[in-house]
Amino acid sequence: MEIQTVPVIKDNNADFEVISLDTIWNESKLKHPWWYNLKYFVAGIAFGIILVKAEVVSWFRIQEMFRLQSFHMYGVIGSAVVTGIISIWLIKKFGIKTIHGEKIELHPKSFNKGQVYGGLLFGFGWALTGACPGPLFALIASGALVIVVTLISAVGGTWMYGYLRNRLPH
Amino acid sequence: MDVIQWIKQPWPWYVAGPLIGLTVPALLLLGNKKFGISSSLRHICAVVFPSNISFFKYDWKKEIWNLFFAAGIIIGAFLAVSFLSDHTPVQVNGKLVTELSGYGITNYDHLAPVDLFNWHSLLTLRGFIVMVIGGFLVGFGTRYAGGCTSGHSIMGLANLQGPSLVATICFMIGGFIMANLIMPFILRL
Repeated sequence: MEIQTVPVIKDNNADFEVISLDTIWNESKLKHPWWYNLKYFVAGIAFGIILVKAEVVSWFRIQEMFRLQSFHMYGVIGSAVVTGIISIWLIKKFGIKTIHGEKIELHPKSFNKGQVYGGLLFGFGWALTGACPGPLFALIASGALVIVVTLISAVGGTWMYGYLRNRLPH
Repeated sequence: MDVIQWIKQPWPWYVAGPLIGLTVPALLLLGNKKFGISSSLRHICAVVFPSNISFFKYDWKKEIWNLFFAAGIIIGAFLAVSFLSDHTPVQVNGKLVTELSGYGITNYDHLAPVDLFNWHSLLTLRGFIVMVIGGFLVGFGTRYAGGCTSGHSIMGLANLQGPSLVATICFMIGGFIMANLIMPFILRL
């Protein structure tokens, strides 16, 4: 028998992107005024430009990817991952800190069935809409205003997951 | 060599991919943030209609950076389309062109095909499945999986997380099944 040392709240948290739910994580002690968030707005602008210029937000490119008719998407995602791996390795190796002097902390994710069931469902949606959440925002701004409906539906899907969460296998 | 002309063309994968990858260290260095966009949908739920559901009852103000990032994507995409584009049609594989023409999708002027993504199409069964059901699956699936292409496939894989690899493989399997086995029937509707 393994001794259970992990707080219960962590077992319930199958979602790794929201930090404030998980009490065992060290939260930043720094308190900044709201406009410090503008740096993420600027990062988002750069990211939005790249998404459009690389055409990774294009429905056509996603169809090509899932039909193995083009290397483009595989090249983009593959080289992005390699760049990310090298970056995180460098951050860990040299103990690089944030611009505010805080230690950069990364947390392990744990396996649960949601990665399979949810993953498959998202895969269906990705092929249908040709978009993951980031591109949904980008596509609306690219002129396809009707995709506002898709975004609202995606928010509805997220809400429905929250509503059904306790009854779903994890 | 005209730099502006070059920027206005679609960027090749070996330029775009590393730039997307650099988003990972950029967000970490800016303030210990983990790259992941699908949580913005959860924050929108938490802000707009938490409905007393525990999954949406958390201090979303602590996660507000994510909505700033999403807002930036909207502006960045607008700038790219308006000022950094030469508006050439999307170039795709000839086989796909042949297949899509069978479904009446022939316009490649925009990133999303206007033959499929338009207000009128929303009222057809085909458009409803693609835009509404598809969007629902994106929102439901990403949250159930605990992340999307950015949170799992890029951030998670960059941090060598096994669960993110499982999720990414399932994203791809789901996409392959939908695009090759199911969508031919949906697009014919």
